[in-house]
Amino acid sequence: MAGAPAGDPYGTFVRTGPGRFLAARTGLPRPPRLRRYEEGQDLLTGPALVTGLSGARHVDTVRETLRAAGASLDAGTGNLGALVVDASGLRTVDQLGELLATAPEFKRTRGRVLVLSAVPADVEDPEARAVQQGLEGFVRSLGKEARGGTTVNLLRVADGATTSLRSAVQFFCSARSAYVDGQPLVVGPGEPRPVRDQRVAVVTGAAQGIGAATAEVLARTGHHVVCVDIAASGEKLAAVANRVGGSTLHLDVTADSAPRTLAEHLADRFEGADVVVHNAGITRDRSFVNLDEAAWGSVLAVNLGAPIRLTTALLDHPGALAPGARFVCLSSMNGIAGAKGQTNYSTSKAGLIGLVQALAGPLSERGFAVNAVAPGFIETPMTAAMPPVPRELGRRTSSLQQGGLPVDVAETIAWLAQPDAAGVDGQVLRVCGQNLLGA
Amino acid sequence: MTRRAAIVGGNRTPFVRAGRRYAHVSAQDLLVAALDGLVARYGLAGERLGEVVAGAVLKHSRDLNLTREAVLSTALDPATPTYDVQQACATGLETAVLVANKIALGQIEAGIAGGTDSASDAPIAVDDGLRHVLLELSRARTVGQRLAAVSKLRPGQLRPLPPRNAEARTGLSMGEHAARTALASGVSRVAQDELALASHRNLAAAYERGFFDDLLTPYLGVRRDDLLRPDTTLEKLAALKPVFGRDLDGEATMTAGNSTPLTDGAAAVLLASDEWAAQRRLPVLAHLDDAETAAVDHVHGEGLLTAPVEAAPRLLARHGLTLADLDLVEVHEAFASTVLATLSAWEGKGLGTVPREKLNVAGSSLATGHPFAATGARLLATTAKLLHERGGGKALISVCAAGGQGIVALVEA
Repeated sequence: MAGAPAGDPYGTFVRTGPGRFLAARTGLPRPPRLRRYEEGQDLLTGPALVTGLSGARHVDTVRETLRAAGASLDAGTGNLGALVVDASGLRTVDQLGELLATAPEFKRTRGRVLVLSAVPADVEDPEARAVQQGLEGFVRSLGKEARGGTTVNLLRVADGATTSLRSAVQFFCSARSAYVDGQPLVVGPGEPRPVRDQRVAVVTGAAQGIGAATAEVLARTGHHVVCVDIAASGEKLAAVANRVGGSTLHLDVTADSAPRTLAEHLADRFEGADVVVHNAGITRDRSFVNLDEAAWGSVLAVNLGAPIRLTTALLDHPGALAPGARFVCLSSMNGIAGAKGQTNYSTSKAGLIGLVQALAGPLSERGFAVNAVAPGFIETPMTAAMPPVPRELGRRTSSLQQGGLPVDVAETIAWLAQPDAAGVDGQVLRVCGQNLLGA
Repeated sequence: MTRRAAIVGGNRTPFVRAGRRYAHVSAQDLLVAALDGLVARYGLAGERLGEVVAGAVLKHSRDLNLTREAVLSTALDPATPTYDVQQACATGLETAVLVANKIALGQIEAGIAGGTDSASDAPIAVDDGLRHVLLELSRARTVGQRLAAVSKLRPGQLRPLPPRNAEARTGLSMGEHAARTALASGVSRVAQDELALASHRNLAAAYERGFFDDLLTPYLGVRRDDLLRPDTTLEKLAALKPVFGRDLDGEATMTAGNSTPLTDGAAAVLLASDEWAAQRRLPVLAHLDDAETAAVDHVHGEGLLTAPVEAAPRLLARHGLTLADLDLVEVHEAFASTVLATLSAWEGKGLGTVPREKLNVAGSSLATGHPFAATGARLLATTAKLLHERGGGKALISVCAAGGQGIVALVEA
């Protein structure tokens, strides 16, 4: 079990004897220890219960999936490791009342709550659509009531989404999704392409923080990782690449030559990339009225301009992408909610969401998929540089009452990169512990 | 069977003037950094290579197995064999020739050649008398024997003996030797300063266009060679006082501006068979075709750093080439005067002239610095990439070395 994230003195203190006592007396937040991925661990901490409400269609699929992943379905009356409620068949306001019946099961769940719904936009009947949309409010509120590191998420299952539903259930029930909480996600019908012997992933900004963690998780899940960063970060980058058995490419993603250099590198050296993670990002925080052209321009160029130019080049260059390639863009909670002093940063990160939405359709025609992850407060060099008070607020204002770790974002990226997640496309998945901002 | 060894690519640390940012790291640390950057660039973590060959000129007694110890600290498979080479400033190129020869003979498929030196962390020896006392003390078995050994200690023996940048047989420093050659060759001060200026300008321009992005990995926060003076001018260089040849019967022309200072750094080159590179889809920048070494009798008056004057004609003759057939010429800038004296001696031997636009086009030792054993590997990787950029061609690399030796190599893309 991982302890409090490094650099979180309050989180460390509150886990000591005196800290626990003080927090309990004063009502201060007591961040739970989150269970994170470890080699060989069980999927769940206890048995799973899969409940189908009226009209449920996915119960058998979910049960099979959980059983295949080694989970026990013998619920009994003790604590549950996961509770999956298939509410996708609910059509009337009266039927919504069936949710109430799951309250006792919710109460004894210590781990994962997953609610399955239909995709509201696909439901024609107004009452049925309202009911399905209502599930989002249910899940988001339940997420705020859950305690002890239990997360609550909503899977909107499109027609024919079998493989990606299985993949999503496994991810959302596992420790890999520790910091994903209170989020809706659409699971579509895409099917995986045949996998080649050596999958290749590219991660920009891989020298540190979320990029370095992403390189590690992608290597763990069977990728050769091409670690990309500016030449000035070359020493750290080499250490990351050698640790994960990958390779380095010194590249300033904003350079005129960068798109061609990357495309040729991937085509010539690797027969194309299976996964492209646009992670490189910078901040130049200042209030809008004090922003100069350089602070505005550099943030937009690195965070938004470069992913657009690089993606275009990779799509155009023969052999730069392998069949079934995935793109993952690093957006941000602040791109959704906005942040004081970050008009440039938030603009760039919101722009990435637009990019993902625009590319999803055309790319899926070529067998590719593109998604964004939006990290909330993650313990990185970037957040370590924040002033203390906003930093502490950022940590505590989530349902999990703590900052996430780079590996939490990396696990989500690596899941979206998996062949089985092919049906997840054009989505923005927040990895924020259900932070209040923009939720 | 023989085949040509492919030059896949190189990596080096930025070079730093002795006593500055690398003052507290060893030659071995520098070599590990250069190797690890190369391993990362070509994704070689965990791979067993045919061999890694490197060396240092300034070697501590503990550096008996310098390259082996360095490799054990890298991400390479520990089953990669190594050995050390020491041939003064020719070391970094000689190691490449040795690796290339084994590849050519089919004995290995791939290897890394390189060199490292830390003038900051130079070994210091102790007085021979003290050393004898210490050795006797270590052999002593009784209290009486120990006392007898210690009683031989004399205060004068406690003086350390730092390494001298001087030839063992002549007692003259390399700069003094070069000054004698400069005077004999009639090399002017202005010509030397112009060459130094070109070195800085060429190196600065190469950095500017990102040429070193895949030849160099920053180390300890240093991102580029700290000797580089992009804003230097002929006037600034002309204002420097001569430091070598001041007691000779003629104008002293060698200054701190047209001579290389003591430098710390390391460099490495990845060499392989074409098949090995193709299997891994690695680039082939150029091939190391051939090499020739020479030595001169500097003890009896020949110029200490003039061995390449003998080596180049022999190498070129073997291939039926003259300087005019070459697209690039890299002459190690130990001193600006050395380069000029070498070029004029080649001309005197009927080898032809080297146009300045073909000479040291990405800067050389005067601007990058000269960690002795690392220079050859730096030159080889740079030259191979320059040829590859041009889309093909032939290049000659020439490196002079202490002890009156020198090495030249022919590279073709």
